Amino acid sequence: MTHAVEPKVTLDLARGLGLTADEYDRIIARLGREPSYTELGLFSALWSEHCAYKHSKVFLRKLPQAGRRVLQGPGENAGALDIGDGWAVVFKIESHNHPSFIEPFQGAATGVGGILRDIFTMGARPIALLDSLRFGDPADPRMRRLIDGVVSGISWYGNCFGCPTVGGEIAFAPEYAGNPLVNVMCVGLVRADRIFRARAEGVGNPVFYVGNKTGRDGIHGATMASATFDEHAEERRPTVQVGDPFTEKLLLEACLEAMAAGVVVGIQDMGAAGLACCTSEMPARSGTGMAVELSQVPQREAGMTPYELLLSESQERMLIVAARGREAELQRIFAKWELDAVGIGEVIKGGELVVRHRGEEVAHVPIEALAEAPVYEKPFAAPAWLSERQSFDPLSLPEAADHGEALEQLLASPTIASKQWAFRQYDQQVGINTLVLPGSDAAVLRVKGTRRAIAVSTDGNGRHVFLDPRRGAAMAVCEAARNVSCAGAQPLGVTDCMNFGSPERPDILWQFAEAIEGIAAACRALELPVVGGNVSLYNETSGAAILPTPIIGVVGLLDDAGLLATQWFKGADERVALLGPEAVSLGGSEYLWTRHARLAGALAPLDLETERRVQAAVRAAIGAGLVTAAHDCAEGGLAVALAEACVTGHEPVGCEVTVPEGARRDLTLFGEGPSRVVVSVAGSRQREFEALMAESAIPWRWLGVTGGTGLRLRVGSATIVDLGLDRVEHAWRNGFERHMA
Amino acid sequence: MRFGVVVFPGTWSDCDFHYVVSEVIRQPVKYVWHRERNLDDLDCVILPGGFSYGDYLRAGAVAGRSPVVEALPEFLARGGLVLGSCNGFQILCEAGLLPGVLMRNECLQYRCQSTHLIVDNVDTPFTRALRPGQVLQMPISHGEGKYHVDAETLRTMRQRNQIVFRYATAEGQVTKAANPNGSLDNIAGIVNEEGTVLGLMPHPERAAESAMGGTDGLLLFHSLLGSLVEDGTFSKR
Repeated sequence: MTHAVEPKVTLDLARGLGLTADEYDRIIARLGREPSYTELGLFSALWSEHCAYKHSKVFLRKLPQAGRRVLQGPGENAGALDIGDGWAVVFKIESHNHPSFIEPFQGAATGVGGILRDIFTMGARPIALLDSLRFGDPADPRMRRLIDGVVSGISWYGNCFGCPTVGGEIAFAPEYAGNPLVNVMCVGLVRADRIFRARAEGVGNPVFYVGNKTGRDGIHGATMASATFDEHAEERRPTVQVGDPFTEKLLLEACLEAMAAGVVVGIQDMGAAGLACCTSEMPARSGTGMAVELSQVPQREAGMTPYELLLSESQERMLIVAARGREAELQRIFAKWELDAVGIGEVIKGGELVVRHRGEEVAHVPIEALAEAPVYEKPFAAPAWLSERQSFDPLSLPEAADHGEALEQLLASPTIASKQWAFRQYDQQVGINTLVLPGSDAAVLRVKGTRRAIAVSTDGNGRHVFLDPRRGAAMAVCEAARNVSCAGAQPLGVTDCMNFGSPERPDILWQFAEAIEGIAAACRALELPVVGGNVSLYNETSGAAILPTPIIGVVGLLDDAGLLATQWFKGADERVALLGPEAVSLGGSEYLWTRHARLAGALAPLDLETERRVQAAVRAAIGAGLVTAAHDCAEGGLAVALAEACVTGHEPVGCEVTVPEGARRDLTLFGEGPSRVVVSVAGSRQREFEALMAESAIPWRWLGVTGGTGLRLRVGSATIVDLGLDRVEHAWRNGFERHMA
Repeated sequence: MRFGVVVFPGTWSDCDFHYVVSEVIRQPVKYVWHRERNLDDLDCVILPGGFSYGDYLRAGAVAGRSPVVEALPEFLARGGLVLGSCNGFQILCEAGLLPGVLMRNECLQYRCQSTHLIVDNVDTPFTRALRPGQVLQMPISHGEGKYHVDAETLRTMRQRNQIVFRYATAEGQVTKAANPNGSLDNIAGIVNEEGTVLGLMPHPERAAESAMGGTDGLLLFHSLLGSLVEDGTFSKR
């Protein structure tokens, strides 16, 4: 029987699949003939921006990737770092922006599913998830539904699978209304000498398809993720995959069991571009070839064509290269977990991918050709409007008359306010590793059987990056690392998710290029290798791009889990200090947006050496047991950091603080700047702390004391903020939730 | 005391219970696969939390008919004890080993949060180390934890002192605000008539070490250990 009539391969068809005329010509030149329909499908998926990083590759090379702890850098399913005692931490962040906009629940759910598989294909058991989400105004009912869909999707998948969601952030800006961001980071643990890789080693080794059956869902998801949206976006709903977290959980246990039994040689998740991606990338990494027979693929729909079987993005599937002679063992393990494990081919000599369907050859291409997507060096240039935006002086706006009221307003802004509404829908503790739950600067998870713990945080401020891509992106690295340092952990490495608009526009590509420079500079200064990540371009709807938003995930290590710190004040009569420079700016601040609905101005200066030293000082103070709380000053500046330290703990604790005189008061209170940390110090340790700070050679000052029933901020002898803790807490607790209730 | 932690496809608190039994209370423990019917070498069987079979039908409905659950009545008749937490509680209700059902949370959302429980019954092997009216702190993590039972059964359960834990404030007040899922009468945990099967929605294994934020869950394990008398049988008091 022959399969359904296939469309004739033409330039128009190629264009319809997202290839350009140039790319189509290149394929013909490379093959020396017209590709078959199935082959064209392979090229269109593997040469998509999503799979091939065509526009971003030249920039990504600039990121530092080496370090003494790096066990696996970019190019595999995830990165891995050595954390001692024979353990490695495996982590990566990935976006699922496009699917989540089209179908929020399943889009977000399968985003979680995809990143979990990236971690456990490395042989690691996932121990933590973090979600970095960006939406438009939650007061808009349409946005509310979207937020609810995304949060329920994450909750459903992560909870059912059994991996705790321990952190992440949610921020809001109108630029995300037409294109929300759903970035998910996953962290796993594995014995350092038991890391698995996505390689097809050993000619003659059998190739097994394991997991869920293949259906027609998600065909051309990778291509969809490489295009911008218009008003017809919802018509693309069929390209969104449907998740099954229960099957994923079985797949996790079966894969880890098969790996432990020694029957797995190499393994890759069938994520974007499904089987097409696995059958070409795995042999490409090991210089081998692969032959597969598609009719063997477990299918849940009748009459699927070779094209559909190769490009389906059905979830919860893996491709395994098994050890020859151990096939029965592999099948027994998967049968125990009630999953399919079917031999569909073998590793072959030479660098060819040979795809057959019912014995008939439907694709036969050099694997190198599939891996050789064009690399573009497109022109980029700073947008003409930028200098005018940057030169705006926020101090030309009138000063707030009532700083207490301004602080309440800021605490109640959805970006700053408590996200408990979302987090209480996520299991935060399964695995009993979570020592610090969501709500502090970083989550902390113990490594059982050792004294160690890891700290994790994600960060990225689109407004900052919009106004100054290079400095803003560097500040995102610094802030994520600072969060980890505020938990007392040494930052070890970075994963980045680059969310931008269309790279075909010179101003967007310039944002991207500048942001990479900023990330690279900050990572070099803080000695943080970038071991993996993801690029999500074309985040635009009807020509309007999102704020350029690099999300930075940082993993850090505490040698002694007993010496961790959290962000909230622990009790009265402790001294409060501010570490770091005085320089702040209202440019791009949450205050300027919340109060004046403006996105303009210059960012505060960033000195990477000061940043490094402040973080080292914070860690040293925590490690010496001198500090009872440490909290990064981020959105909303010093006043918000102090308010959060007062009310985010189990019991609210007041404080009385005198802020520096000189600058305009709204700038001092709400101005944002890097390298600043608020700490509290027990009175009895004051001298030791002062000595340590003197040694650290960083700018710092005492601000005041904890205690009392309110948040009192003074300038000189004048009290400019005097809010009861109940009001502070009310503003912060309800600011976001009031929109969702 | 020999513990068995049951593993269904989709169980995820199995490792946590295993860890607490072996590393915190330092007792012998093994995993029990859901197809197992032989429970001869165990004193206490734990049905942990998770989403057995994805809970795609009703929570616990498929697992409630599995071989290991079918073997529980005989195990109980021999003098064994059964503790079901979260999905385990749902499974025990589905299997008819405990009265009532667990329905979708009243808020229609999943809830992971700390809760306070007031102890109503200390005359069980699971609670004998507690004081009546004592308030415990333990986290919950579920989407279907709203306990419901018909009025007649509830009356009988009350007469027989089968209600063990109720959601309460930190001060022990049983209020609507302290009820995280809309459970009837704030019920968080119950026992069977004989007091040998405990089902509760909260997670004692997540409150068994100070590093995890509290040790109130450990009191259940201590009660169990204290209930084991020398000849290998359990004292109900």
